[in-house]
Amino acid sequence: MDAVLDLLRTYSTTIAVIGVSALLALSVWLTLYAGQLTLGNAAFMGVGAYVSALLGRVLDVPFPLALVVGAFAAAVLALPLGAIVFRLRGVYLAIATLAFGEIVRVILLATPITGKGQGLNGIPPKTELWHIYLSLLVVAYVLWRVQGSSVGRAWAAIREDEIASASQGIAVGQHKLAAFVIGALIAGWAGGLSAHVTFSIDPSDFGFTKAVQVLVFAVVGGVPNVLGPILGAGVLTALPEVLRPLRDYRDIFQGAILLLVIIYLPRGLVTFVDVRRTRRLARIGAVDVA
Amino acid sequence: MAEQLYNAVFIGSIYALFALGFALVFSVLDILNLAHPTVFMLGAFVALFAIGTLGLPWFVALVVAVLVTGLFGIVLDRVAFAPLRRRGAPALSSMISSLAVTLIVVRLVELRYGGDFITFPAGAVPAFVLRVGDATFEGIRLAIVVLSVALMLVLTYVLQRTQLGRDLRALAENPRAARLLGVDVERAIAATFFVSSALGGLAGVLLAFAYNTLDSKMGVPLELRAFTVMVVGGMGSLPGAVIGAYILGFGEVASLVYLPTELRDAFAFGLLFLVLVARPTGLLGQKSPDRV
Amino acid sequence: MLLETVGLTKRFGGVTAVDRVDLGIAEGETLGLIGPNGAGKTTLINLISGVVGADVGTIRLSGSDVTGLPAHRLAALGIARTFQGVRVFKGLTVYDNVLIGRHTRMRSDVLARLVPRPREVADPDWARSLSLIERVGLGRRRADVLAGELPYGDQRRLEIARALASEPRLLILDEPAAGMNPTESVGMRALIESLRVEGLTILLIEHDVRLVMDTCQRVVVLNFGRKIADGTPIEIQHDPAVREAYLGTEAVA
Repeated sequence: MDAVLDLLRTYSTTIAVIGVSALLALSVWLTLYAGQLTLGNAAFMGVGAYVSALLGRVLDVPFPLALVVGAFAAAVLALPLGAIVFRLRGVYLAIATLAFGEIVRVILLATPITGKGQGLNGIPPKTELWHIYLSLLVVAYVLWRVQGSSVGRAWAAIREDEIASASQGIAVGQHKLAAFVIGALIAGWAGGLSAHVTFSIDPSDFGFTKAVQVLVFAVVGGVPNVLGPILGAGVLTALPEVLRPLRDYRDIFQGAILLLVIIYLPRGLVTFVDVRRTRRLARIGAVDVA
Repeated sequence: MAEQLYNAVFIGSIYALFALGFALVFSVLDILNLAHPTVFMLGAFVALFAIGTLGLPWFVALVVAVLVTGLFGIVLDRVAFAPLRRRGAPALSSMISSLAVTLIVVRLVELRYGGDFITFPAGAVPAFVLRVGDATFEGIRLAIVVLSVALMLVLTYVLQRTQLGRDLRALAENPRAARLLGVDVERAIAATFFVSSALGGLAGVLLAFAYNTLDSKMGVPLELRAFTVMVVGGMGSLPGAVIGAYILGFGEVASLVYLPTELRDAFAFGLLFLVLVARPTGLLGQKSPDRV
Repeated sequence: MLLETVGLTKRFGGVTAVDRVDLGIAEGETLGLIGPNGAGKTTLINLISGVVGADVGTIRLSGSDVTGLPAHRLAALGIARTFQGVRVFKGLTVYDNVLIGRHTRMRSDVLARLVPRPREVADPDWARSLSLIERVGLGRRRADVLAGELPYGDQRRLEIARALASEPRLLILDEPAAGMNPTESVGMRALIESLRVEGLTILLIEHDVRLVMDTCQRVVVLNFGRKIADGTPIEIQHDPAVREAYLGTEAVA
């Protein structure tokens, strides 16, 4: 037991980062589940991070409340985004969400109160590991159950075929927007948690690189299954640690593994977990990502 | 004022050279090659290697860099895209595989040269200037502008008038039909990647010469702007990419006058977002963003 | 009149796909819609089902103006359809496909689903969906099969089950028998017939002229986007304009 606690302590930052990454990956997973490719969730994470950190510092708002407000700020910001871009599809949607995310990042960079390029420092370390993992558990559970509900089915239908979905009475635009906004909510929450673990944040933490990284977690992990993004986040975040002995060659191995997975495991890492379903989906050539 | 204009044209030309390669691959193969910024960087570093380590004169280094990056483009396709094409993977997979290659290549370059800014050995890069009235124009930048325009014309000619060009356009239109009509698809794809990467590499070498600095991350700012350029000009349209590049170049230089430096990036993204919302097909776009 | 269109027109660029079409379908009627390729049949039903918006004209459902309503609203109002070239949700099971068809009749059950429950208790629409699956000839055992794993003919049946799941007032079938062999066609005909007998209003597009003639009480013929004939199957068969459209001459069919 002591050994386990020791392990936890030594690697607590990594474990925290894995948890946050998994939450972020789930936020992207949700939009992918509805067939929407988004690269904006890093920015929503940033919004959650900054809003919750600033609320705590400037207005002395208690931690849980700050987190909630941060998450909602992200969700509110996602509303106009969704309404504007839901006409776009595939690559265009990805680029539009990326552009949106970058605009948010640049605004964060330019607003004095955020500390601009220097970022925000001295954020109290209020987040405990259990906060992160409880959130992860709740979010993962809810998303898993939602899959089997009418809303989840509607999202799956939209992912498969938007026109056919509309003809079945599904309000496609509203459902896509809902996926976007809920994804932003989760990302904002993750951002709030993350800010209070890393002590300081700056806008470059929430840019293109992060957005892509999160997307990679979700896709490499595998989309049809809620476990996918969690697996992806876990493996890809832990990998650099595991590969530490390789030091300088670490990134090369990471790149190589990413390459191999994306080419040879079309359904992602989750293939190892959900073999039967993966095989059936593969047989009919089902596309699970926009 | 003339300086500003000249700057805008110069920047637009770099964007255009870079975006042309990017747009070429997208229009022919429908994939976003996220490793394109890497060939940009690679071109510059190959030139550095050729000049610094092999001691070659700059114009030879230039040619070598272009050839090497062109070949790299073919290798890139074989490794990252061809297997995905074979199993009909969605576009997202190609984006991620090219990203993976980027990770590997950037790291390899950093292992050899480190991650900081490097300059070329003294005197290796030509630096002549042209004086017109009060204004001074650096020869390199002028050469870049001229070269860019010339290359665009050559590319247009190749696409419109040669067999290869016809093959590429057929491939862009309808891959299956192209194959049935006897187009050597593999050769056409290889040619596409060679040209695209060679153009990217050339842009990288020229930019490195012009500023006399290079670093492993030099492709990143261009990557994001390439999106703007393509969307503004119209995805899948090569002339559109060129026009978009100059619009962005001019817009950015102009915006520098009115916007604080931190918001400079915002111009490119703001423009991108605006176009996607108002007119997703861009100026000359052929591919519908509403494709269901 | 269950459904009426007045002067319905749709242009795509320079082409007028549907040209001032007046159409009426009475409750309980089975109306056939035929015409040469490119006559505008699919566009017409795309207009009626809300997939595209009309440029000119009105559509009335039971007297109320529904012109311009989007597809999902029309589905909620009782218009269901199948697609030329089947559009089932390939990556989802047969059961899920039908359940999605019931979307407009189901209440949102997100909160309820948060607590795991055995299937029968969790889905009141379960029995209904399964019976529909059987109704179209698919068989209960197939409920968990992925739609993409079904043979083409079964996918068509699934599409019909999905359309029926919403308990529509008007069922639009776009070439349900296309690509079917004679045995499958017979089965399809029987299915359509049984639906007709139950009193369902059906709008049927088909190239299989015999199918149309046998199952429809009335037939409308389109050519170049315009309605050129409207009458009973017998009348249509003898209409010179129709013959000309199909054959190009006044020769015997």
